[in-house]
Amino acid sequence: MRVGIDVGGTNTDAVLLAGRRVLAEAKVPTTADVTGGITGALRGLMGSAGDLHDAQAVMIGTTHFTNAVIEAKGLLPTAAVRLGLPATQALPPMVDWPERLRQALGGHVYMCHGGHEFDGREISPLDAGELRRVAADIAAKELRSIAVCSVFSPVNAECERQAARLLAGELPGIPISLSHEIGRVGLLERENATIINACLRGLAARIIGALHAALAQLGITAPVWLSQNDGTLMSVDHAERYPVATFACGPTNSMRGAAFLSGLADCAVVDIGGTTTDVGMLHHGFPRQASVSVEIGQVRTNFRMPDVRSFGLGGGSVVHHQPKLMIGPGSVGYELDSRALVFGGDTMTATDLAVAGGLATIGDPDRVSGLDPGLVERGLGWIARAVSEAVDRMKTTPEPIPVVVVGGGSVLLGERLPGASELIKPDHFAVANAIGAAIAQVGGEVDRIVSLAGSSRHQALGQAKQQAIDEAVTAGAVPASVHVVEVEEVPLTYLPSNATRIRVKAVGDLELGGDDVAASG
Amino acid sequence: MTLRQVDERQMDDLAIGAAVLGAGGGGNPYLGALLAKRVIRQRGPVALVSVDEVPDDALVVPTAGMGAPTVGVEKLPRGDEHVRALRALERVLGRPATHTVSIEAGGSNSTVPFRAAAKLGIPVVDADGMGRAFPEIQMVTATLYGVSATPMALADEKGNTAVIDTIDNHWAERLARSLTIDMGCVAKIALYPLSGRQLKQAMIPGTISLATELGRRIRQTRAAHGDPITAILDRLGGYRLFDGKISDVERRTETGFARGQARITGSGEDAGSSLAVRFQNEHLVAVRDGEVVASVPDLIIVLDGETGAPITTEELRYGFRVTVVAAPCDSRWRTAQGLALVGPRAFGYDLDYMPVEQRFGAAFPR
Repeated sequence: MRVGIDVGGTNTDAVLLAGRRVLAEAKVPTTADVTGGITGALRGLMGSAGDLHDAQAVMIGTTHFTNAVIEAKGLLPTAAVRLGLPATQALPPMVDWPERLRQALGGHVYMCHGGHEFDGREISPLDAGELRRVAADIAAKELRSIAVCSVFSPVNAECERQAARLLAGELPGIPISLSHEIGRVGLLERENATIINACLRGLAARIIGALHAALAQLGITAPVWLSQNDGTLMSVDHAERYPVATFACGPTNSMRGAAFLSGLADCAVVDIGGTTTDVGMLHHGFPRQASVSVEIGQVRTNFRMPDVRSFGLGGGSVVHHQPKLMIGPGSVGYELDSRALVFGGDTMTATDLAVAGGLATIGDPDRVSGLDPGLVERGLGWIARAVSEAVDRMKTTPEPIPVVVVGGGSVLLGERLPGASELIKPDHFAVANAIGAAIAQVGGEVDRIVSLAGSSRHQALGQAKQQAIDEAVTAGAVPASVHVVEVEEVPLTYLPSNATRIRVKAVGDLELGGDDVAASG
Repeated sequence: MTLRQVDERQMDDLAIGAAVLGAGGGGNPYLGALLAKRVIRQRGPVALVSVDEVPDDALVVPTAGMGAPTVGVEKLPRGDEHVRALRALERVLGRPATHTVSIEAGGSNSTVPFRAAAKLGIPVVDADGMGRAFPEIQMVTATLYGVSATPMALADEKGNTAVIDTIDNHWAERLARSLTIDMGCVAKIALYPLSGRQLKQAMIPGTISLATELGRRIRQTRAAHGDPITAILDRLGGYRLFDGKISDVERRTETGFARGQARITGSGEDAGSSLAVRFQNEHLVAVRDGEVVASVPDLIIVLDGETGAPITTEELRYGFRVTVVAAPCDSRWRTAQGLALVGPRAFGYDLDYMPVEQRFGAAFPR
């Protein structure tokens, strides 16, 4: 048995899975301390399934880190240390960040000597005295976390390592995030991701602590895993050091949950929550990835993430009908059960329209029986059109495609959707994210330096791909589901005979049939 | 066209549009726009003048970045390299530049003259030397008119500058490339000093306006939920070559360039086929299932299949969904002289150039 948990901004959901069977599900409000929501959801599961001592693994997806960056809340005052002078001065660290986020971190930027050329030569030698002065300033300003980014560190990471040793010596215990462990070639994007990672280290320690506390309270001793942006899992220890790797796991989990629940491999997935709707595409069972750059809270990075279109429509969206019909983007959010008409409140929400239109039974239907039937019809039509347009923009072919709708706000849609060949609301649609976490994928990764002299490149790449695929299978992936998601070559021009660093990642579905397979394989 | 002030708001459109024309090269548009916006914010707007407005006796000095775009995204500039290169050239010429201009349309190289001009307080001319981007220094229309690339100045971030004088423009490329590699594979350059009279004959007018318009069209079409790729093709008279997913990127920083090829596995109507795009900073030839379907000097452009955003060679990455298009080059490149300079054989491909509209015009009349 596996427990999947989704810690969202509004709700914390939990599911208990045995093989492919959903044994129990629970949905409770997220609490400020996170622990309360998780214990509440797990108690909900225990209410219908008994104790969870037999659980073999707990898999958790959380949008907490993403939300913290978007809301610029709970972030550590962070030092961004760049090694590369005299190069790179024209664009200092955090140059293109939204001002609010920059200020939330304090905007502490240090440009120092160091870094490498493309061919491994030094741009300038690392300056120990300079770094000690930086450390003294960090101490004086009481900054709590450090991001270190050196020019061409994906080719040669020595400067970052040396600087980290020196800074750690001066500032014992301060968390230090190194860019070569986090990103790829592309200085600003890699540096941005590293700074975001650094400023989340405090929150990461707190949330991971809360997870442990919640599980300990309930006597659950199973290993705990966190979902990453590519749908695979990482250990809690890893997540504590690399919280940025959890970004975008929300849409990934909901799309994979939708694929699992519907049995479809190629379709659009619409996830309607309380405030927003995310639309993504499943292609051969995998979330379609966004190209080029991906922004996190308006900060540019070069992570691979699912291509998702989000807009402000959900169960709590406020219905405006004067002067013109408009639903959202404003939402009553977690106050739905006090402010919506069906709960005796005074605000007309999208949920009220769904209840009045007979699509759902929530709260007290009598309270909306007096709504103008014309308004209800136009309102529900408006919602269907908004979703349909978003799906249309994500499609790559003009033909109608199947649309799977999940999330608590799924009740807003009727039986049909314009432009959809069919509209599917699978069982357990409200907890698709938690299911996505529970069925997380397993990955195999190869990162090695090879010689690509002559015509051996094809061979070396082929071997690396096969090894990554084999590792994924060993870790418990269904062989037929494994595919290569990342291939990266970094030529190390300073080494002889066409030395190249090859990184390959393969990912596959966890074997779910029959007995459970532990995520660690 | 009359003199106009260009401010930071136009830089995103310019860089994106120029990156489309850059055919894979010409530098990274995000960084190109970001660098220009910062300088213009500090120094104020830049005057843009049309070619006709430049006096015959003006001293126009093109400014640009040279090197491999794979390095440009990592070793960012210090910020004064272009000014130091231009000053070094002025010292040799014995008089100050009155204007600067773009040597090639590209995401970064379209904005370098604006970055220099904002600091120096001189106007930028609405023109460029290629109507697209090419990897080598001699590959400008000015070479067809006998204009010398040298004296030419190079500057790096460490404070080094070099001025070279060469017997022809091919030698300028060769020596400047060696210097650029030593400088860490990126340098800023000032070269091809021209009189206003030479500029009118030897450069391609209107490129900055065209690039800005292209960028604006992409942005506006996207905002209106239209198809930005069709908008690009309409403006450039281009053709869709291929839709698919990048299945392999072979790319090295070699001899001062980003060299290699991308393989794209077809999807939709192109399912079952594969397209190889070979590049040397810029895309040079597109080969579909073994058959060449487009080549230099026509523009081969890789676009994000969803957003229509141009993808430069250093950004090509496994798994991207792309649409590859081709568009006709400036007519001067299609002369015998032009093809000798920038045709397939100038890049070592033993094949005859066939204009893209000749290859596709009958099948897909526009």
